[in-house]
Amino acid sequence: MSGEVGTASVRTTEDVAAADLRARAEALLGAGFRLALVAGHDDGDALRVVYVFCAGPPDRRAELHLRLDKARPTVPSLAALSFPAGRFERELSDLFGTEPVGHPYPRPLVRHPHWPRHWHPLRRDAGPPPAMLVEPELFPFVTVEGPGAYEIPVGPVHAGLIEPGHFRFSVVGETILEMKARLWFVHRGIEKLFEGRPVAGGVVLAERTSGDTAAGHTLAYCLAVEDALGVELPEEAQVLRAVVVELERVTNHVADLGALCNDVGFGVAQARALTLRERLLRLAGEVTGHRLLRGAIRPGGTALRRLPTGAELSETAARVEELVELATSNTVVMDRFKGTAVLSADDARAIGALGVVARGSGVNLDARVAHPFTDFGPGPLSVTEEAGDVLARFMVRAREVAASLRLVAELAGRARSLEAGVAELPHRAGSGLGVVEAWRGTVVHRVEVAANGRLTRCKVVDPSFLTWPALSVALAGTIVPDFPLANKSFNLSYAGNDL
Amino acid sequence: MTATTATVVAGGPSAWATAAASVLQVGAVALGGPLLLGLMGKVRARAEGRTGPPVTQVLLDLRKLVRKEAVRADQASAVTALAPRLLVASAAVAAAFTPLVTTRPVVATGADAFVVVYLLLMGSVALALGGLDAGTAFGGMGSSRAMTIGAISEPALLVGVLALAVQSGTSNLPGIVDASLAHPGWLASPQRLLALAALVVVVIAETGRVPVDNPSTHLELTMVHEAMVLEQAGPDLALVTMGEAMRLGLLLGLLANLFFPWGIDASVSGPAVVVALAALGAKTAAMAVLIALVEVSTAKLRLFRVPELLAGGFVLAVVAVMTGLVAR
Repeated sequence: MSGEVGTASVRTTEDVAAADLRARAEALLGAGFRLALVAGHDDGDALRVVYVFCAGPPDRRAELHLRLDKARPTVPSLAALSFPAGRFERELSDLFGTEPVGHPYPRPLVRHPHWPRHWHPLRRDAGPPPAMLVEPELFPFVTVEGPGAYEIPVGPVHAGLIEPGHFRFSVVGETILEMKARLWFVHRGIEKLFEGRPVAGGVVLAERTSGDTAAGHTLAYCLAVEDALGVELPEEAQVLRAVVVELERVTNHVADLGALCNDVGFGVAQARALTLRERLLRLAGEVTGHRLLRGAIRPGGTALRRLPTGAELSETAARVEELVELATSNTVVMDRFKGTAVLSADDARAIGALGVVARGSGVNLDARVAHPFTDFGPGPLSVTEEAGDVLARFMVRAREVAASLRLVAELAGRARSLEAGVAELPHRAGSGLGVVEAWRGTVVHRVEVAANGRLTRCKVVDPSFLTWPALSVALAGTIVPDFPLANKSFNLSYAGNDL
Repeated sequence: MTATTATVVAGGPSAWATAAASVLQVGAVALGGPLLLGLMGKVRARAEGRTGPPVTQVLLDLRKLVRKEAVRADQASAVTALAPRLLVASAAVAAAFTPLVTTRPVVATGADAFVVVYLLLMGSVALALGGLDAGTAFGGMGSSRAMTIGAISEPALLVGVLALAVQSGTSNLPGIVDASLAHPGWLASPQRLLALAALVVVVIAETGRVPVDNPSTHLELTMVHEAMVLEQAGPDLALVTMGEAMRLGLLLGLLANLFFPWGIDASVSGPAVVVALAALGAKTAAMAVLIALVEVSTAKLRLFRVPELLAGGFVLAVVAVMTGLVAR
């Protein structure tokens, strides 16, 4: 493994005092870092908050560790410096009972109104879940007033097979003035479940964090574990992992291309996309033994059953090209896509949007470029579009499928075996970070492992967590019947958002 | 115009025969409408490379729904119960004396274009009120959208038929069909072609098909017609589905006979009625297939583009009327 591709070597760790936190964070953000993850830890005698900042290329990762007094756990808020920080701090205060000082609007984020107020599940002494409240706390929606303004509540249960989320639209006529997404209906306590598991046992949780991102989350988890244990994997294993993650990207993007067409009533394209997706799922089943790509990636190694052949990849590429041509040549479809739900590059940057959404707004964030875990070859990986509308996000997906298929072919040509890894994982206490560009965007896992080989903490950040607020911003001025299309063009995970 | 209607009545068949013909028409629409819906679904599915549900699926759904319990919202008034019934009743009355199988239906004198259009409108308004009744956000949204679309499509329908009335000298629908049969040359006249284009647009809008509405969507926020009836369940929903299917059958049948009247019965004699029934089925099925194929090749318009499309239809209808007046 070459020097610049490693993971352990590029991470710096620094203990900061509460008084210095803002200045250090400001310096890092000013140097081009983004706040990728904030994890709370209950060390028994004290609470500890780890802020992970990432930048690249070249790959740089900086951690700030802040120790808190357990009796009075106050955190100086970074909300004024970084929008994601404000959200992380709200998550932290729900799960650990910390108090963000100077936060402009420290209302609950993860904590559903049915949770008892002073129960913080990630504290060591939290105990079993208490009974849910019969009378939930009120959820304050911003009320829009004025002649003709009214509210449309949608969900959390929807007519289709989609995840639960409540959307509150304030509209005049058909024009959306304000949309508030109230998510957090699918909290499963995944981070709590990680605690105390042997590192190999974390894979099942990572695979199920967001069902459509099994490979992305598992790889981020495994990279984090290997980083923590100081394991260097043979390059071969990383190449095979990249194949799996790119296959996941292609499958999900194809499904999204079809779903976007379906949302404008263009059923032919959807029917074709579904056929293509099924072929890709079967291919995934043959490559990894599981249609959703589970089971191939594990801490310390990778095992595939076979590699996709060049013929399979080029046929898929041709079919996707046909599908995209079918959609883009239809003027009604293009009229619906173009100019709908525009997210400006400035807004995308300020919110900290990731992945397809960011790249559709011209913000080139791609962990394969910034934090590569293997050599991704010479080809251009990242695809960006400038317009920030539904069409831009459609085209980013379409072009990424083509790029990913080329990449898979290149990686498969480089692979010399189907199985690679280290024989045994050492037992070592430590912390590790895994950063992966999954199909939706950058997935980050940070683990801490005890000397007995068990996890003491795994903090997961799905790109959806950081990108959801961008949807509300993009919707301003959009009409109500275009919301499903706009939402589909973001296609964020509800489960990955709410761990 | 009264002169022409008088000739229609004069020398007509017996009252019993016309009544029987009208009952037959209602039956044909009640059975044919759902089958047409099923046929359109099948054509769409096949064109998309899917097998799709059988043509009889809508009828099977109706049977399923009828057996269910009627669940109505707590806050709902009698309007919720009344709306589906009014929808079906208005469609049935309109079907009874629109020239579908025969040009000699019961109370042929009353079968004026205005009456038929307003009967259909009555059903639309009943449905819109039913959508508002339960007080849900979706219902109101659907009703608002349906009325916006209806406010442009109903006048276009009326003016489109008026173009034919100008040519035939009567606004009595059986009279128009009779006159069309007598003057085959009219079918290729400019005002007819313009009116046909206008009425096709109207029929697509009135029956809630792509590109105006997407009947197969599950996305509440994009719905027009489906949003209005979200609160309807069981037998009520069966009636709504039935009423919508009947309106589809009625509109397609009317369109077919106004422009392509061949095969329609003018005497209410046994064999002629059978031929007319078969002709009606063939013509409406052909139109349904065409509409389904157009649906497959296009996508749903942005909501604010729908009025543009309908306004286009309305303009075509107006031009058709003016062409007709000039040609007289």
